[in-house]
Amino acid sequence: MTLLRTTSGVTRPEAVTFEVDGASVSAPAGEPLATALAATGILGLRESPRNGAPRGAFCHMGLCQECIVAVDGHTVQACLTPVRAGMKVHLGGTLK
Amino acid sequence: MTRTADLLVLGAGPAGTEAALAAAEAGLDVVLLDEQAEAGGQGWRAPHPGLTLPRKGADAAAGDAMRERLAASRVDRRLSRRTWSVGGAFRLDAVGPDGAEAYAAPRLIAATGAHERVVPFPGWTLPGVIGLAGATVLLKAQSVLPGRRVVVAGAGPLIFAVAAGIVAKGGEVAAMVDMDGRLAWAKRLPGLMRRFDLLKEGLGWTLSILGARVPLLAGHGIRRAEGDGAVSSVVVGPVDAGGAPAPGAERRFDCDALAVGHGLVPGGEVPKILRAHHLYDRLRGGFVPELDPFGRTTIENLYACGDGTGIRGARPSAAAGRLAGLAAAYDAERLDEPAFEALAAPSRAALEAYGPFADTVAGAMALRPAQVAAIAPETVVCRCEDVTRAEIEAAVDAGAADINQMKHFTRCGMGPCQGRMCGDVAAELVAQRRGVAREEVGFWTQRVPLRPVPFDALIGTFDYADIPIPPPAPL
Repeated sequence: MTLLRTTSGVTRPEAVTFEVDGASVSAPAGEPLATALAATGILGLRESPRNGAPRGAFCHMGLCQECIVAVDGHTVQACLTPVRAGMKVHLGGTLK
Repeated sequence: MTRTADLLVLGAGPAGTEAALAAAEAGLDVVLLDEQAEAGGQGWRAPHPGLTLPRKGADAAAGDAMRERLAASRVDRRLSRRTWSVGGAFRLDAVGPDGAEAYAAPRLIAATGAHERVVPFPGWTLPGVIGLAGATVLLKAQSVLPGRRVVVAGAGPLIFAVAAGIVAKGGEVAAMVDMDGRLAWAKRLPGLMRRFDLLKEGLGWTLSILGARVPLLAGHGIRRAEGDGAVSSVVVGPVDAGGAPAPGAERRFDCDALAVGHGLVPGGEVPKILRAHHLYDRLRGGFVPELDPFGRTTIENLYACGDGTGIRGARPSAAAGRLAGLAAAYDAERLDEPAFEALAAPSRAALEAYGPFADTVAGAMALRPAQVAAIAPETVVCRCEDVTRAEIEAAVDAGAADINQMKHFTRCGMGPCQGRMCGDVAAELVAQRRGVAREEVGFWTQRVPLRPVPFDALIGTFDYADIPIPPPAPL
C-alpha cells in the first residue's frame, strides 16, 4: 500500500522534513504520521510480540495500537501524531 | 488542580457535542473532552490544520455547522485530551498538551462512540489491510487514497461509501466485495426508503461505483489476504445469506491495500467501568447500557448517548445527545418540566423518525454468527497477543466459561488495544463453542486506563531532583 495524496482542489500545509530511522522523509506539516509514513511506502511499523509478524496502521483512529512508534524517544501512536519538522521517528523496538 | 463543573461530557462527536450544547444552553457549566483536536468524532471529523478540501460532502457540512455552534457556545472545550481514568460521581483524569489534568462534576455524559468490527480471516494482520472506518477517515478528513489499487470488502453501507469515495477522488478500486447479495439489499429497501435523502446518497455511491466499472462482487466474502510484509492480493469467494463460505469459484485481485469492515461495535467503556447495567443487543452491535428514553443509565447522574450506546449513526446520535444534555439540565433543576418537555420534543421526534432507517442500516452491520463460525482455526483473532481461534476454543474446552476466564487462559484481549479489536468476535467464539447465548459469556471487565497512557505524560516534568530528601538521621 502506498497512500496517495489527492491533489485536485486540495490545499495542504507546506511540507516539512523529518527523520525515520536516520532516513529523511518529507510530508505536509500536521499530517498524521501514520499517513505520512504510508505515503512514502513505509507500511510495516512494528512486529507483533509473539509471532514477530509485520504490523502497520490498522484502525487509523487511535484505538488498535498497531501503529506504535517512537518519536523523539516517546512512545506514540503514529495515527494520532502530527508530523513536525525535525522529529526523529524510530520504528520497531517499541511494544515489540 | 481539578476543574470542577456542573457536567462533564466525554466524547465530542455528534452525540457528545449536542449533549454539551443542550446542557450549556440550559445554563449548566459544561466541560467537553475529546482526544481529537476538533469536535466531530469520526463521522464528522474535521481536516487537520492547514488542509482544505475540495467539495464538502453532507457530513463535512454538518460537522462544520456543529463546530461553529460549539465555538459560539459557553461550553468549555477541552480537546486534544486523552481521558484515561473515570471515577464514581464523577471524576475524569486526562492527559492534555500541558500534562496531567483532572475534572470533577456531579453529572457525567458518556458519548465515546463506536469502533470497527473486522471478522478475522487469514492475512488480516498484514500491513496495508485497514478498517473501513479508517479508510473513511483517510478519504474524508485527509483526502488521501488508501492505496493505488484498493480492494473494498465487508458488509453494510460503509463499503459503498469507501468505494465511491475512492472513485470520486480518482483512485482505483480493484474490486468491491459485498457479503450481501442483491436480495438482501432488496429486503432492506422499505426501511431505507424511510429516509429518502440518505437512500439517495447511497444510490449515488452505487451509480458512481458502477460508472467506474468497478468489479462488484455481491454475495462474496474474503477468503484470505496474501503478501510478503504487506498485502499484495486478496482472494474472495461466494458466501451464503448467513455469511458462511459457499461453494463457487474463487477470484484473486492484486492490490496494494484492502479496506475491510463488518460493522461497528459500541465502545461504551465508561458505563461498564462504573457498573451500569448492560444488555446484549445484536442489532445494535453488542452489549449496550440499559437506558431510559433520555439516555439515563442505571447509575444515578450517569448518562450515555450516541453510537457507544448502540449503532444508529451520526444524525440519530446528535438527537440522542441533545436529549441526554437536556435530561442532565432537568435533573440538575435548571429546567422545569414544561421547558424540558418542550425542548426535548423535537429531538424525540427526530430520533423516532430515524428509527426504521437506522434499524435497517444497523441490521446490515450486525455480527453474522455463521461468518464467525467459519473462521479457520489457525487464524489470529487477537491481533495484540497473536491468539488464534484454536487457542480460544482450547481454553473453552479446558473450562473457561466466560470471556474474562478465556482472557486469563490465553491473553486474548490483554494487549494494548484492550480487547477492542477482538472482543466481539472472541465472545461470539466462546458462546458458540459452549452453545450458549452471548449474555452467558459477558463482556471484558473494564478497568482503567481507558486508553493506554505513557507514564512520562503523567509524571510531567517531575524529576529525581524534585524528590524531597530529609536530612539524615543522627547516628
